Amino acid sequence: MSEAPIVIRGLKNQFGSQVVHQDLDLEVQRGEILGVVGGSGTGKSVLMRAILGLRPSQGGQIKVFGQHIDHAGGLEMLRRRSGVLFQDGALFSSLTVAENVEVPLKAQFPKLSARLRHELALLKIRLVGLSAEAAPKLPSELSGGMRKRAGLARALALDPELLFLDEPTAGLDPIGAAAFDDLLRTLKESLGLTVFLITHDLDTLYAICDRIAVLGEKRILTIGPIDEVTAFDHDWVQNYFHGPRARAAQAARR
Amino acid sequence: MTERPTIEVVTGPGQCLRLAGAWRVDQAERLAAEIERSRQPVKALDGSEISALDAAGAMLLLRLAQRFDIAPGAVTLSDQHRALLDAVHQAQADDGPEPLLREARWRRVLAHIGAAVTESWGHLIQLLAFTGQTLVTLVKVVPNPRLWRPTATVHHMEQTGLDALPLVALLSFLIGAVVAFLGATVLKDFGAELFVVDLVAYAFLREMGVLLTAILLAGRTASAFTAQIGTMKSREEIDAMRTIGLDPVALLVIPRLTALLIMLPLLAVFAMLAGLLGGLLVAVYSLGIPIEMYISRVYETIELRHYLVGLVKAPLFALVIALVGCLEGFKVGGTAQSVGERTTSAVVQSITLVIVIDALAAIFFMEIGW
Repeated sequence: MSEAPIVIRGLKNQFGSQVVHQDLDLEVQRGEILGVVGGSGTGKSVLMRAILGLRPSQGGQIKVFGQHIDHAGGLEMLRRRSGVLFQDGALFSSLTVAENVEVPLKAQFPKLSARLRHELALLKIRLVGLSAEAAPKLPSELSGGMRKRAGLARALALDPELLFLDEPTAGLDPIGAAAFDDLLRTLKESLGLTVFLITHDLDTLYAICDRIAVLGEKRILTIGPIDEVTAFDHDWVQNYFHGPRARAAQAARR
Repeated sequence: MTERPTIEVVTGPGQCLRLAGAWRVDQAERLAAEIERSRQPVKALDGSEISALDAAGAMLLLRLAQRFDIAPGAVTLSDQHRALLDAVHQAQADDGPEPLLREARWRRVLAHIGAAVTESWGHLIQLLAFTGQTLVTLVKVVPNPRLWRPTATVHHMEQTGLDALPLVALLSFLIGAVVAFLGATVLKDFGAELFVVDLVAYAFLREMGVLLTAILLAGRTASAFTAQIGTMKSREEIDAMRTIGLDPVALLVIPRLTALLIMLPLLAVFAMLAGLLGGLLVAVYSLGIPIEMYISRVYETIELRHYLVGLVKAPLFALVIALVGCLEGFKVGGTAQSVGERTTSAVVQSITLVIVIDALAAIFFMEIGW
């Protein structure tokens, strides 16, 4: 149990002849929020999809909770113990919010009675800060921020130990984004989550991430607490963390 | 790892329930049943031996506490589980009881029927309004060459007309042959095989040529119009047009309508010819009627009015197909799903309307003796 929830060794990803990742090593520690940043095209989403087993990698190994995800049972275990929030929520558009949250429960615990399943769904909806009135609504009737929260409720449906978030605050207004950050921190603390977070939002990085991994040049350029990462001597990292927006976010932190 | 969760009564001065094991969602059903069963009043809950707790377990633990009127704060728990219990308690306290979600089944069925009827009525009203709007725009556009969109019109003529020609010709040819076969089977008993020619000619000039074309285009073109305009609508392109000061009806509907008004009659003529050709093939190879006789028989029996009765319907069908297709496109909401729904609706509506109009026209022409 002492091993890190996600361990990646020598990962290689390529599309045709274009290599995205080469010899990429990464460890995500239990109970941390790891922020993953990088310029566009550095393969942040590809990395997440590789860990989730949504695309086969061309080399290296990925272990989640000590099991290889390409081994029999590994992927199944990953599905049961992790939750994913895609960029725009990826809620099933023909189902209500409550039904969306019930889908993973139904898939993984078919023996659960409909009544208890519905109660659990409502609980998750309330946990992410939506009111129960949102439960019978269709995703198209929700605002962007509410859709994100509903997506998070679905990601939390199975009480995962590991949570993957793809740009959770993109497209939210600053107040909504700050509220979402708060929510993530609260949930992480009360539910004991380990979070793999892809983001471009500097405020999020400063506010809630325990460590930050910078993707670039086909590997992890640097990883560590924000103060170490911002001091890292690399052009892109310096531009990213010391541009005008970064300074504003840094100022806001204090 | 998954020890069975237990609820155990500890008898003593301060009646207490000792909770242990893994309180997780995979055991939730069993736990819920056990909580239902525990009736004997107790004064305290001791959860310090719970080895694992998740949100589902916390919810059930709270339910157990509520059953015995024990404050959530009074439940003995390890620190790490305390945080989760508080979060769940907080979330449940945030708003009132859950709303009633389901109505009685018969009420839902009735409501569904009612909604369907009002929706159909609404479709009809909207179609009439849209027809008016399009005609008004047309009146504005026609005398003003600056507003004509020849490139788009020709593009749609190619897509809806030229590209559909092989399909229309093939299907009409085959139906022509089938009608001839059918006629031959019946007429053979009377020794009147030659009347197969009359049957095919009447059928295709008056009805089948234009009807087949219209049904094909209703499926092929109305759906395409809806999908094109619907995709633009869902990506806010239509709104963008409006803010720039362009009229979406003039820009999107008029070229499509014009293209269809020109191409549908042309295609219908080809369909008539192809149908006659299919009949000819069967007549020659299966019934032994010489080609010359087939053609002269067509000349003898067919008058111009039959041709006109068929063709006069073509522009009407074109209007219906183009308007339904475009209107359904404009009705698309924000989601990809709604594009699909509207496309289906466009095909269903246009085919229905085409057949209804054709039937009314048939009655009309019969009454006036054409």
